[in-house]
Amino acid sequence: MCALAGALAVLTLVEVAYQLITGASLSVSRFGPAFLVHTGWKPNFGVFGAGTVLYGTAVTALMAMTLATPLGIAIALYLSMLAPRGIRAVVGPLVEMLAAIPSVILGLWGVIVLAPFVQQHVEPGLHRVFGFIPIFGEPQTTGLSLFTAGLILTIMVVPIVASLSRDLFLTVPRDLKEGAEALGATRWEVIRGVVLPTTASGVAAATVLGLGRALGEAIAVAQVIGDGNVIHASLFAPGATLASRIALDFQFVVSKLHTASLFYLAVILLVIGLVTNLIAQAIAGRFDVQRGLVR
Amino acid sequence: MSPLPDGTDPVDSAPAESAMESAPADSTAPADLTASGNLRRRAAISRVVDASATASALLAVAVLGVLVFGVVKQGASSLSFDFLTENPPQFGGPGGGIASAIVGTVLIVTLAAMMAVPIGVLAALYLTEFAGRRSGFARVLKMALDLMQGLPTVVVGLFVFGLLVAGHGNSGFAGSVALAIVMLPLIARSSQEVLLLVPHSLREAAEALGVSRWRTVVGVILPAALSGIVTGSILAIARAAGETAPLLFVDSLYTPGVQLNLFGHAVPNIPVMIFTLSEGADPSGVARAWGAALVLLAVILAANIGARVLLARSRRRTMG
Repeated sequence: MCALAGALAVLTLVEVAYQLITGASLSVSRFGPAFLVHTGWKPNFGVFGAGTVLYGTAVTALMAMTLATPLGIAIALYLSMLAPRGIRAVVGPLVEMLAAIPSVILGLWGVIVLAPFVQQHVEPGLHRVFGFIPIFGEPQTTGLSLFTAGLILTIMVVPIVASLSRDLFLTVPRDLKEGAEALGATRWEVIRGVVLPTTASGVAAATVLGLGRALGEAIAVAQVIGDGNVIHASLFAPGATLASRIALDFQFVVSKLHTASLFYLAVILLVIGLVTNLIAQAIAGRFDVQRGLVR
Repeated sequence: MSPLPDGTDPVDSAPAESAMESAPADSTAPADLTASGNLRRRAAISRVVDASATASALLAVAVLGVLVFGVVKQGASSLSFDFLTENPPQFGGPGGGIASAIVGTVLIVTLAAMMAVPIGVLAALYLTEFAGRRSGFARVLKMALDLMQGLPTVVVGLFVFGLLVAGHGNSGFAGSVALAIVMLPLIARSSQEVLLLVPHSLREAAEALGVSRWRTVVGVILPAALSGIVTGSILAIARAAGETAPLLFVDSLYTPGVQLNLFGHAVPNIPVMIFTLSEGADPSGVARAWGAALVLLAVILAANIGARVLLARSRRRTMG
């Protein structure tokens, strides 16, 4: 009976892949691999390509990881090495609580509170100072942009990287840390010389798991990214990701080919999801990083 | 900058242990114990790092605070007894409540849990109690659960659409199946963790008494792991209760009234309602979305805190 339950779980995963591929077959046979680089998306004219959404997915995820990785690791260091016991017992769960907030609520807050704030205060400032770099272009009127989506994704990824890394840092043997301290190392030197090198592969795996989350998030991103159809160099322009395009288009499909193309996007997303997971497992080595995700 | 007193840079000579070993090699040199400017700089760098780590933690807590405060502030104005007990108006517009969505979400999530909890716990039992150490199937199952956990939820939604909805139409049951797929790997994982913590001596004692494997599992191991399994399940259910993407394609074309039957038609639910209202331009709809968000967030955070308290208490008991 237990084995049966296990078989059911394995079967589900196989069935997921099968369903998505059959759903996408029409679009796959029509467009082939060129779908991946074609940037047009005009459902009414039967023109479909994943170029724009792949760009949006890459840019938002890259931005989220650039912000979330150092923040998450810094929080983990605070929780594992700096915080007094009492504070640790409060702040740790609070950070994990951030991961428990449903993405639709984060998105609601993003579209109504964060986007106007970003549009009025953050984007003009960045444009004034760094305007010579194309990614900090002229702000739009709504604040619905790749930039806002990147910020929302950062909020989602930070608790993942932070809590997974904290668990790893706590596994560093005390002898090693105290040995370094006894040799006169300052706290930063202990971190740089002992804590980070002994947990590096696990932290990298935690980051990849966070990246997987950022690449696959649909709802919150769909709410704040503005659903743009063109690639812009500027982060402040609207765009779309693989997942947000599926979430926003699927309720209003105009043709069978449209549905099939959305399934094609989902197949790409599935492959990305599987690959990030396998990479995380491969580089985690002796660390069992994923166990932290269930809390 | 020389991070360690012996002058070797432990990062460049990667493994930490070797850096530690290389330290005594220099011990013949007389130690200079006066504070150099270098020491002051090293201490300063360390303080900067301390400060930025603390600031990062503060930032995360502040973001949580701003978020929760925002939802409470915006949601409180629409919250009332009527909001919780009345259905949304038939054709949009102000007034009414979210009663049908609350009922729908409770039903859908309950059915999903009824599917995912038994399968998840059984799969975990298989992995920890029944599978041989070198069982190939156990490895495949473990891998499948990990990969399932990494599935983007929107992919789960499309899968269930293709499986149950295409050609049949939306249904609350399809929503339950989708949420069950989200819950399953979480429950299996957390149950497995707890089962591994059950002391081996318990299993051996049962075996020595000639108790069969199944009786051991039911009578000894499950009771010992029960509180942990319950905690893990609560967390997984709370996670699934807020998921929108799996429901969006399979259970979104609903009518505003209360639906007690999950089969054959769509059932109103809170996450999809918040999503559709937040995409619309109607201000009264947005107010309703904030109210619904407050209700959902309160339940989910309460479940999270409750599960943590339960976990801490059971841990304290088992560790004495």
